[in-house]
Amino acid sequence: MSDALHYQSIAELSAALQARRISAVDLMQAVIARTRAVEDRVHAFNSYDFEDALAQARASDERRARGEARGPLDGIPIGLKDVIAVTGQPLTASSRMLQTFVSPYDATVTQRLREAGAICWGRLNMDEFAMGSSTENSAFGPTANPYALDCVPGGSSGGSAAAVAAGETIVSLGSDTGGSIRQPASFCNVVGLKPTYGLVSRYGLIAFASSLDQIGPFGRSVEDTAIVLGAIAGHDPRDSTSWRADVPDYRAALQSRRGPWRIGIPREYFGEGLDPEVAASVQAAVRFYESQGCTVKDVSLPHTEYGIGVYYIIATAECSSNLARFDGIRYGHRSKDAKDAVEIYAESRAEGFGPEVKRRIILGTYVLSSGYYDAYYLRAQKVRTLIRQDFLNAYRDVDVILTPTAPTPAFRRGAKADPLAMYLCDIYTIGVNLAGLPAVSVPCGFSADGRPIGMQLIGQPFGEAELLAMAHTYERAHAWGQRRPTL
Amino acid sequence: MSSPSSPTDLNIDHVAALARLALTPEEKAHFASQLGDVLAAIEKLKQVDVTGVEPTAHAFPLFNVWEADAARPGLPVQEALRNAPAQRDHMIVVPKVVE
Amino acid sequence: MNYEAVIGLEVHIQIKTKSKMFTRVATGYGQEPNTLTDPVVLALPGVLPVMNKAALDAIIRAGLMLGCEIAPVCKWDRKNYFYPDSPKNYQISQYDQPICLGGSVEIELPAPARNIQGEHKRIPLTRIHLEEDVGKLNHTASDSLVDYNRAGTPLMEVVSEPAMQSADEAFAYLTALRTAMVYAGISDCDMEKGQLRCDANISVRPVGETKLGTKVELKNLNSISFVRDGIAHEIKRQLAVIAAGGTIRQETRDYDGQTGTSQSLRSKEMAHDYRYFPDPDLMPVKVDAAWKARLQAECPELPFDKQRRFYERYQIPYTITSVLVPDRALSDFFEETVALAGVDKAQAVGNWIVNDLLRELGTVKIGLEASRVRPAHIAELVRLIEAGTLLMNAAKEAFVDMFATGEMPAAVVERKGLKAETNVAELEQWCRDAIAGNAKSAADFRAGKESALNAFKGPVMKAAKGKANPRLVDETLRRLLAGG
Repeated sequence: MSDALHYQSIAELSAALQARRISAVDLMQAVIARTRAVEDRVHAFNSYDFEDALAQARASDERRARGEARGPLDGIPIGLKDVIAVTGQPLTASSRMLQTFVSPYDATVTQRLREAGAICWGRLNMDEFAMGSSTENSAFGPTANPYALDCVPGGSSGGSAAAVAAGETIVSLGSDTGGSIRQPASFCNVVGLKPTYGLVSRYGLIAFASSLDQIGPFGRSVEDTAIVLGAIAGHDPRDSTSWRADVPDYRAALQSRRGPWRIGIPREYFGEGLDPEVAASVQAAVRFYESQGCTVKDVSLPHTEYGIGVYYIIATAECSSNLARFDGIRYGHRSKDAKDAVEIYAESRAEGFGPEVKRRIILGTYVLSSGYYDAYYLRAQKVRTLIRQDFLNAYRDVDVILTPTAPTPAFRRGAKADPLAMYLCDIYTIGVNLAGLPAVSVPCGFSADGRPIGMQLIGQPFGEAELLAMAHTYERAHAWGQRRPTL
Repeated sequence: MSSPSSPTDLNIDHVAALARLALTPEEKAHFASQLGDVLAAIEKLKQVDVTGVEPTAHAFPLFNVWEADAARPGLPVQEALRNAPAQRDHMIVVPKVVE
Repeated sequence: MNYEAVIGLEVHIQIKTKSKMFTRVATGYGQEPNTLTDPVVLALPGVLPVMNKAALDAIIRAGLMLGCEIAPVCKWDRKNYFYPDSPKNYQISQYDQPICLGGSVEIELPAPARNIQGEHKRIPLTRIHLEEDVGKLNHTASDSLVDYNRAGTPLMEVVSEPAMQSADEAFAYLTALRTAMVYAGISDCDMEKGQLRCDANISVRPVGETKLGTKVELKNLNSISFVRDGIAHEIKRQLAVIAAGGTIRQETRDYDGQTGTSQSLRSKEMAHDYRYFPDPDLMPVKVDAAWKARLQAECPELPFDKQRRFYERYQIPYTITSVLVPDRALSDFFEETVALAGVDKAQAVGNWIVNDLLRELGTVKIGLEASRVRPAHIAELVRLIEAGTLLMNAAKEAFVDMFATGEMPAAVVERKGLKAETNVAELEQWCRDAIAGNAKSAADFRAGKESALNAFKGPVMKAAKGKANPRLVDETLRRLLAGG
């Protein structure tokens, strides 16, 4: 065992806990020590509660002492994106609007993690209300990429990816509306999974775009990711969009499912704008699968170019309505200057929201406003149907689709001041959300200057087990994920 | 129903008022030009033939997702108002509302 | 020029459920502020709505009762607007796919007199849809206080066509709608508790014109008589404006029932733009034939259908049916009693219920459900009268007693010695004595003068100290006179 505790896998830590070589408190203290050592450079967290985390660790040790340990996650620290509700803890969405908000309830995923014995700890930084691709849109300052501190960790779940990469937590949860798990995973050399829409409950996840949002796990390995997914997946009566499906044993599937797979390569994802180093790494991964006996097939997703447009109509329309509740009345920032009820709204929201959130609310309000619904929203929903059909057509011939996760490796902070340029970071990831499919980003290389590169495997609906098994096959033969950042 | 002829149709004052966002003149100018670019990208959707295509509201539509009518305990009033910026007599205080 | 009014009503009715429309916290009225909330009601960050099956059942039953077409599929839309009583700043409602379409409400117009049935008419409905109620604002001198207890209560909106012509019609419509909804247990429709709220769209136009005039929306018609008064007032106001050469402005007016005046509400700073779009947090509702059939079987008979059946089956008059029928429990009570007493006693049973039972209930101010007099009491009472055991005056006395104590009528009669005389031999002797004492009348009767019989009845009753059964006396006298 070469890695320090904070860099070990769930399997290693769980075995050590079970053998009483370490306690959950030891582990938590190691993670806290690591966090103290690197957090001023990474800024992955908006806040953390060491006391609370240690109390949970003690409870885990007591359970284990009674012989009531709850499985592989018992005693394992998991960081939560600051958009997932935890009773008694802040819930800010990295927004000044919710700077002082404390959640009186648990998200369903939080409850499930507690039931699995995991230690839910820390509030991970993100782009405000999950709107962004760099975690620069946080009201509480940006997160740095642990592999290149002057670069962004991606976003919006940048804190979740960076914390896992930096050893500030073992695993974490993020949320993904247009790539917000996968793109930061690729930037930070970790595994990040966006589940099929409906597999993981959204109850307790601050909504950005309800028809696209999914919570998903980050890990330093496919296996860690699979273990967390197993704990949070499954039907929830509190989420009407939650799917009633049996949750397979994802961890077991890593061993039992060995392919060979028929892999589709969508030509639209390898065109203009793709960084050559990223292209080369992804091509190498394709050749690896071929060498394993997989069939590689050229496929077409002809409506790909419309993805950004569809996404920015649907996501902003839904967000303009979802964020209406942040008004300074029942909770949240209330402007001191407001003299009447109308001003309370307009002033509180003007003071509480950052520029990107305002931009998207404006766009979303516009596309829904009188006279424009059919031209924008309804049309976008129809093109969404075509985009989804593209994928389903492709799956007649292939089991999985392989693409780059992002067009480039991590970019420097401040490099993408133009919103549209930032939006194009999601070009390979948003189709998956529009189609509701599962997809995982897996480390597949580094740029010459040491920035991580990820590839994206896109699966069929509820095909997470297959997807993770395929990612695991690659991971076993490559050591990218074991390269730690120098911090 | 009018159809947007160009991205400049965006009347930022009207939309900001609808969205209850007090924007500064600088923000308005800035947003209007930035959103103009985004809207231009969006305009591309007009090239797509969507004749006979059903809209997708959910990737995996379900029907009749409901619960039986049984009351569960709610939040105690202290918890309900825990994050309230202003409260009195167990109610939220807002500036006088006139219709 | 002659003008006519055109009225359409939008009626909001709270559906009686245990939990709210989209979350399972309790509903209620009159509780301490903000004690009926949960994260969903308060629209805390991250919460999601889940439909209440019972509310769907209720609105579909309402639609079936009113002859609506039930949409095979309906969806939920968000109506976006900012207001402090609306926690999400959008209301989940149904915009272009309501669950119930069309249908109608049968109404009875006022007749020239209260004991005459008025003309019936059907007011067509546009739609009925389901949505959620908002919270309540309490205004003080300096600020407003928000209570979210009511927020999220299932609410159905019944929208009529602009098809009523007078305040009386609107009143009759609201009465009929309320009766039907209370009948089906869909709502208690208590306007004081806000369970039924009504807005009216009113316009006037020259008689013969088919186009609608400019409509004025009248709000805050918060009692059923205010609805009538407010509409009448508004029609008069519009006619006066036109008579003075003015034109009607499209506006929303607030009616003050206390002063009988209305005033224009300050127009909002911008026109409404609700930005409706399908709620992505909810899935559509599909209503299949089996579900509909199940609910159809649970629908009660509509009040006016029941009234027609009562006429037909029980041969009872409007004065009785018009009291029994609007009250489902009372009409059930009536039918249970008739089932025990016999259909031929329906009129007598109806009289006892409408006159005596309701009077006594009213005196002590209790409801039918608390009455000690049950159908068995009245059925037995009617039987005792029929059998000649109990005379009307004695029966009235017995009724008061059994209402107070719950004793069966036979027991009251026994205890109080109210039993009518039935010793036949004794009665016959009194009759013989009476005939013997009045030979002239006996001769007159035998000669065909029917009224002569009455001359004997007084002495018989006197001898019986009033406890003789008049029918038995009548029969005995006739028998003796015929045979003698």
